[in-house]
Amino acid sequence: MLGAARRQLGSGPMLGQVLRRLRPATAAAAEAARGYSAAAREMTVREALNTALDEEMSADPSVFLMGEEVGEYQGAYKITKGLLDKYGPDRVLDTPITEAGFTGIAVGAAYQGLRPVVEFMTFNFSMQAIDHIINSAAKSNYMSAGQISVPIVFRGPNGAAAGVGAQHSQCYAAWYAHVPGLKVLAPYSAEDARGLLKSAIRDPDPVVFLENELLYGESFPISAEVLDSSFSLPIGKAKIEREGKDVTITAYSKMVGYALQAAEILSKEGISAEVINLRSIRPLDRAAINASVRKTNRLVTLEEGFPQHGIGSEICMSVVEESFEYLDAPVERIAGADVPMPYAANLERMAVPQVDDIVRAAKRACYRAAPMAATA
Amino acid sequence: MAAAALLRRVPAARAPATALMAARAISGSTAPLTIETSVPFTSHIVDPPSRDVTTTPAEILTFFHDMSVMRRMEIAADSLYKAKLIRGFCHLYDGQEAVAVGMEAAITRSDSIITAYRDHCTYLARGGDLVSAFAELMGRQAGCSRGKGGSMHFYKKDANFYGGHGIVGAQVPLGCGLAFAQKYRKEESATFALYGDGAANQGQLFEALNISALWKLPAILVCENNHYGMGTAEWRAAKSPAYYKRGDYVPGLKVDGMDVLAVKQACKFAKEHAIANGPIVLEMDTYRYHGHSMSDPGSTYRTRDEISGVRQERDPIERVRKLILAHDLATPAELKDMEKEIRKEVDDAIAKAKESPIPDTSELFTNVYVKGFGVESFGADRKELRATLP
Repeated sequence: MLGAARRQLGSGPMLGQVLRRLRPATAAAAEAARGYSAAAREMTVREALNTALDEEMSADPSVFLMGEEVGEYQGAYKITKGLLDKYGPDRVLDTPITEAGFTGIAVGAAYQGLRPVVEFMTFNFSMQAIDHIINSAAKSNYMSAGQISVPIVFRGPNGAAAGVGAQHSQCYAAWYAHVPGLKVLAPYSAEDARGLLKSAIRDPDPVVFLENELLYGESFPISAEVLDSSFSLPIGKAKIEREGKDVTITAYSKMVGYALQAAEILSKEGISAEVINLRSIRPLDRAAINASVRKTNRLVTLEEGFPQHGIGSEICMSVVEESFEYLDAPVERIAGADVPMPYAANLERMAVPQVDDIVRAAKRACYRAAPMAATA
Repeated sequence: MAAAALLRRVPAARAPATALMAARAISGSTAPLTIETSVPFTSHIVDPPSRDVTTTPAEILTFFHDMSVMRRMEIAADSLYKAKLIRGFCHLYDGQEAVAVGMEAAITRSDSIITAYRDHCTYLARGGDLVSAFAELMGRQAGCSRGKGGSMHFYKKDANFYGGHGIVGAQVPLGCGLAFAQKYRKEESATFALYGDGAANQGQLFEALNISALWKLPAILVCENNHYGMGTAEWRAAKSPAYYKRGDYVPGLKVDGMDVLAVKQACKFAKEHAIANGPIVLEMDTYRYHGHSMSDPGSTYRTRDEISGVRQERDPIERVRKLILAHDLATPAELKDMEKEIRKEVDDAIAKAKESPIPDTSELFTNVYVKGFGVESFGADRKELRATLP
């Protein structure tokens, strides 16, 4: 996986794409471009999130952190490591295990113009606080005709981990992306994590920031520009992780890595897949998705969460509405299984998309699949 | 007279010549006056404040005026609702005016207030005006939320009034969050988070109270106990309806919520306490004449005798009227004139609000975000109606 990432970031057109998606080119960026093939630096997603939090807290005294174990424990997943020592207990607050209470308190603080970053140990626990996320945060600016804005970030691991069972494995992207007034981001790489978290914290609206536990330890090469404290990525813009011409694969979070692996396998079979890293679930970059489908004429949507009413459903509808005549094949959908997450390893493997599933769906979209069994 | 017997006036620095006072117009005197509250305060793990409330003739007359405006506004809203000019939910506050007015007298606009959906009078107390209130109820552009919120979503941020919330109990953690911000910024101010006896059993309230006590937030939780959560009497909803004690490790005070001076005293006490020591609970023993909302007659779970009994014995405005007359702060005729003027003021405001147009259709898409990045939003048929969010 890492090898694939390095390969595509090091190649010419990919690099150009990467740089265009960053802040306006500076001398530093140009320098990084020249030295890129020597991979400026590597950073884990964990480090990316930690440094982003650190820099934003340093830049703006109204930013503070709240959540279970974020302080003295250094973070359940060590994302907030070192921040209590650096900023003190007034700005890094350990809460009791009371999501409804502390989320409400954070939203109230945001009403008064502070900028809370609330950590949910996983987004499964956000359901305890979901009324505050939706009714107290997302809708306030609208109901008050602009008087009460809510500059808050809700962040934490989302989706399946490994062997944690049904109550700890759900993906909430579709639930939160459903709601007008919220912004929903899902980083994949270290660059995504840094750039999107910084944008989220600076954003004046409530942002749901969906991380992934299994990505925290993954390392990605990053450029000097990404390391700069003023770096940020725009909200609402997807990234073409890998250019292709035969089939578009949309993905977010961990599934981006799987899509890239699938693209590698497909390329050996003569299918050139374009992988879109959505980065932003709401607003969804419909323009980028449709532009890609108009080029490739085929689409596979990929997500880890439950399939019914999921992200792929919205993407498919967007393409049907705006690019129907360009489709040469039905839209394919790969998602988590439509069951609560089982524990046994073999069942869990079946409940989450695997690279094989993505390859198979892409081939179907290209009419290169094995013939399907006849249906009655 | 009975009222005079109830009132023990401490002869403080009162201006001489009572006869001269009575001959003049309504007293605008700011000479201090001390009045005893109707009943003593009952407290939980804290020493209660004194029953002697310091006030002035001018303040008492302001109480009468402000509560009367609120009363008339709510009664007028009842008529507007029946005339179908107000739609959806409409929760009226008449009977509870003393809580809004007494609280405001004890605090400043640097202190924050947040309440639930019975919010029209709190909005007025925080400096909101009648026209924007009626316009909001009728869904017009001149409304305080430009017609986008409705009865349950009045806000006035420049006066630190944070609404206006429809989800029972949610406003309490939000209020503790406002207090958090005040403490974070080292302001010497406090937040009053109001909730009803129905909301008093909400889990999130106890979660927020726990955190507020741990972090010593300047949060005052004010239970407006009107004894009914919609149609459910307090004794059917709460194993312990002694709401002022429900904070357990957090001190509490029980207050006659129909006595505006008692409310003022309690809120003054609570603010000082909260800033110095952390959260405190106030239980305001109050009553609403209307049902829960305009959809509820309010008489299927209460007797008409009970309602009229409270009106006769405890009405907050009548109580202040008696106080004014007992102290010769104004004549009955002067008070009647004031009420006539208020009626006219309210009628004029309604007329003005009716002139305000309904929102422009573009308002469907405004304020979804502060920063929309030019993203598209859609109407029911997106091929017919879409907009770019600025």
